[in-house]
Order: sequence, then C-alpha cells, then structure tokens
Amino acid sequence: MLVEQIAVFVENKPGRLAAITKILADNKINIRALSVADTADFGILRLIVDNPQKAAKCLQDGGFTVVVTEVVAIEVEDRIGGLATVLGHLADAGVSVEYMYAFVNRSGENAIIISRFEHMDNAVKVLEGTGVKLVSKEQIYSM
Amino acid sequence: MYWQKNEECRPRAELEKLQLARLKNTLTRVATNVPFYRNQFHKMGLNPENIKSLEDLRKYPFTLKQDLRDNYPYGLFAVPLRDVVRLHSSSGTTGNATVVGYSREDIVTWSNLVARILCSAGLTPNDVIQIAFGYGLFTGGFGLHYGAERLGASVIPISSGNTRRQIQIMQDFKTTALVCTPSYALKLADTMMDMGVNPNGLSLRFGLFGAEPWSEEMRQEINERLGIKASDNYGLSEVMGPGVAGECEEFHGQHINEDHFIVEILDPKTLEPVKPGDVGELVITTLTKEAFPMIRYRTRDLTRMITEPCPCGRTFHRLDRFVGRSDDMLIIRGVNVFPLQVESAIFRIDGTQPHYQIIVDRKDNQDICTVKVEVSESYFFDEMRKQRTFVDGIKKSLAAELGLSIDVKLVEERSLERFEGKAKRVIDNRTL
Repeated sequence: MLVEQIAVFVENKPGRLAAITKILADNKINIRALSVADTADFGILRLIVDNPQKAAKCLQDGGFTVVVTEVVAIEVEDRIGGLATVLGHLADAGVSVEYMYAFVNRSGENAIIISRFEHMDNAVKVLEGTGVKLVSKEQIYSM
Repeated sequence: MYWQKNEECRPRAELEKLQLARLKNTLTRVATNVPFYRNQFHKMGLNPENIKSLEDLRKYPFTLKQDLRDNYPYGLFAVPLRDVVRLHSSSGTTGNATVVGYSREDIVTWSNLVARILCSAGLTPNDVIQIAFGYGLFTGGFGLHYGAERLGASVIPISSGNTRRQIQIMQDFKTTALVCTPSYALKLADTMMDMGVNPNGLSLRFGLFGAEPWSEEMRQEINERLGIKASDNYGLSEVMGPGVAGECEEFHGQHINEDHFIVEILDPKTLEPVKPGDVGELVITTLTKEAFPMIRYRTRDLTRMITEPCPCGRTFHRLDRFVGRSDDMLIIRGVNVFPLQVESAIFRIDGTQPHYQIIVDRKDNQDICTVKVEVSESYFFDEMRKQRTFVDGIKKSLAAELGLSIDVKLVEERSLERFEGKAKRVIDNRTL
C-alpha cells in the first residue's frame, strides 16, 4: 500500500524550484502534490507525481540529487475532525510521524494525506487495523 | 629484522653525538666548496667551527626549491663533476627542473638506507621485488632498485606503466613484494578484477608505497584487496630520494634515518619549532651526502614527529602520516588548517569522498570559515532530521579534527567550481 515519492535537494537560491518544475513540465510529468521542508541554507522538495521513476531520472539527468522513498497515502474525509481521528489511532499505537502533507483529490470530497512514519511497516499495519482507507499507488498516479 | 642493527638501534645520546659531528663536518664542507652556502654563511656571520650543539643548526639559513633552480644545473654540488657517478633530476612541472648528483660513496649510502627500509618493512633476500616506479631521472626507480639489490633480493626492474603486463609478470615471476605509488596499487587491484586474476592466488605479500601522500583508510583498502602488508616510505630527490624514512612492521610512523639526516618540524609561518607532536613543515639537513649536501631544506611537506620509543627497537624517531603541503595551509583564527585535515574529517562521516570547498571570509576582524559540501545520493535524505544529523556530524568531526567551529553548508551536486576535474578546494576572501 505504499506510494513512491521523489525528494529533491534544493539550495536556497532563486530559480531552483522553477528549474525543477520546468524539467518536469518538459518531460510531461504531472505533479499531484508537493511540500518543501526548508532550512536557512537548503530545502528538501518532496513530490508526488504521475510517473516517479521517470521524474527521478530526468531530474538526475538535469543535475539534481534525487531519492525515491516510499510513503503512505491516507484518504481522509474532508470534514471537521477527519484527520484528528486518523492521527488519534496512530498516537494510541505509539507511531511517530516524520512528516506529512495533504492535497484534496479532484472529486473534492476527500483529502489525501501523504505521510512518512518512523516505522513504515508498523504504521501501515496500525492504519489497516483501524479501517482507514489507504490509497494505492495506481490510484494516486492516475488521479 | 634490521639491515644495520648497530646504527638503527644506537642509543639516542650516542646518535646525537654522531649527528653533531657529522653536522659540523657537512657545514664546514659546504662553506668551503659551495659558493652559495659560503656567501650566505658569510653574510650572516656564521662559522661552522662554532657549532656546539644540534640547536645551533637553527641559526643557519634555509634552502628552498628556488635556490636549487637558481643554481641549475651544478651550482650546489660540493664535489667536482669527475667525482659524480650519477645524476637525477626532478621533472620541473612546477618550474625549472632541478639536478642532483651522487658520488660513488653516496650511492653506497643510498643503497644501504633503502635496504634498511625494505628490511624494516619485513623483506628479506628471499623476496622477489617488482619495482613499478619509473626508471630514469626520477629517483624512485633506481633508488629502490639499488637498495633491493643491496638487500640481496631478486629485483624485477619492470618500471612504470603497462598494467596488464605488470600483473602477468607478477603471476609468472611469483613476485612477493610490490614497489609503486599507493594509487597505482589500487589501479593494479582494479585491473586484476577486470582480468579475472584473484590476488589471493598470487605470491604477493608486501607492498612498499611512497611518492604521494595517502591515508590509513587507503592502506586498509590496499591490504584487503591485494592481501598484502602495505608500508609507507618517504624520500625526495632534493635530499636523496627514497630511503629518508620508512615504516617498520608496527606500521605506525616512518623511522627517519637520523644518522644520515637531521629533521626539524617547524611552523611554516614563524619558522620556529612546533610544540612536540604538533603538525608542521618538515625541514631536512643531510649529514653524509658528499656530492649534494642540503642544509635545512624546506620540503613543504606537513607531518608530525612521533618521539615515543617504538616496540621494534629502532631508536630513530618517526614521521606520522603526511597531512599535506604547507603551500596549501590556511590560518583561521590563529589555527593552522590544512585542506587534507578537512578532507579526512568529511571522509570519516561518509566513507566516500565528497566534493568540498573551504571558504574563508573576514567580518568585523573575525575569520569566518565555511565548508561547502556537495550533496550526493548516498547522503541525501527525504527526512530533514536525518539531513540535519548528517550536517551536524560533519561539523562535530571538523571541530574535533581542527579544534575550531566551522560552519558546514550543503550545496547542490556539481555546483562547486571545478579545476581540471577537481573542485577548487580553498577560496580565501580575506584581505589583510
């Protein structure tokens, strides 16, 4: 139930994000979701795209440092308290979150939470046990 | 195993007495026979007759590479050319070539000193030694050759190059000891893999490596890949060539042949002796060379001296691993910093060699030093926590190595300026 995410190293200087998105556009890669974690000197750009392997390759060819990692995509009802319920289950099981970001899917009814946990296998087991809906990679890539 | 046990294990007090006598003799000879030294000594009011202790050598002027160039070709020779039986030369890639000469007696001494080094590394007359240093004007090939013959080993004078043939000969002739640069040893290991030759199937047991600085990590790699005991040895043509210093089987520092050379470790800026055990520039004075004596030659090589007694029984002090060249030294907040130290601090974190650049600025009369390290897939993480831990690890390692806090910035791959394929290591923006 894991989804591939690409992470790109970005120096904090003008034009770097533009350069990355241009490479993706030129290679006809569609971005589903993104998040930037930043420090004073550099940032880590995380992307969910429709073709992660191709995206990683063309960014590497463009001189960027890229790693492909696996994350979980959780579907959460777009209503007050939707995310709190899911996180409550994880907290009860003692699962800690490394990072998380969200987007709303095209139908507009549910939110998709992209999450990375300290112990991925354990987190998936907990989530499946609570009946939370996990989105498959095929679904994400073709959204 | 010793080659000249009485000389190599002489009590320090006796050794120093011998050094003093030989020093006085050498200074007197150059003052008589070499106008360059005679004029300098005269100007400074120095008379070798007044040498009373080894410390008195500190009053004497240094000899620089440039002095050798200025006196090209024979200006610094202390004997007439008819007494010179051999000439060698350094290549001159960084300026004019320099020429050095050897008398018949110099060749005997040189051979014995190299035989000492081979012996202390564990070699015996039963060994088959493949010398893959270039034979020619470079002192490496002939220096090792004569020493190996003196030892009584079987010498294969294959010279450098033609790697596949080196390996073929190594197999056929049952070579037991390899002499070359450490980087060439790794190239041989790579080529063996390409050829499908298993190093464990060879007779190779020893490797004597020199002519370039290398690290302990590199020694491990060579030992593991070739299944040998690799030892380090040091020499330079201006002083003699190989045979100045070499490791014993403790593999912890190179014993200096102190009955033939006096070495000093000096701060490259103040030219005063460093505190015992600190890194400084190696300065060498020859004690027995006839044709080409050298007084306080500044090698520009940086190392530290190990004065603790060695379990091998030799009384000679040792030179620790070379950490670079004084030409590259930086002074940051009063601390001497060598790019190779930075390199080894970064190396310890990752196990690979990242591209890096040291940038020094001055703000409000304070030196600010930043090391930029190019990110690479093997140490780029999607989790910020891990990425910060990596950067903090380098900072800690640098602080431990240099005793200075240095800022570390990760930068994108291939973003640092390259010079002939290598990143430019140091950018000093300070204007003093």
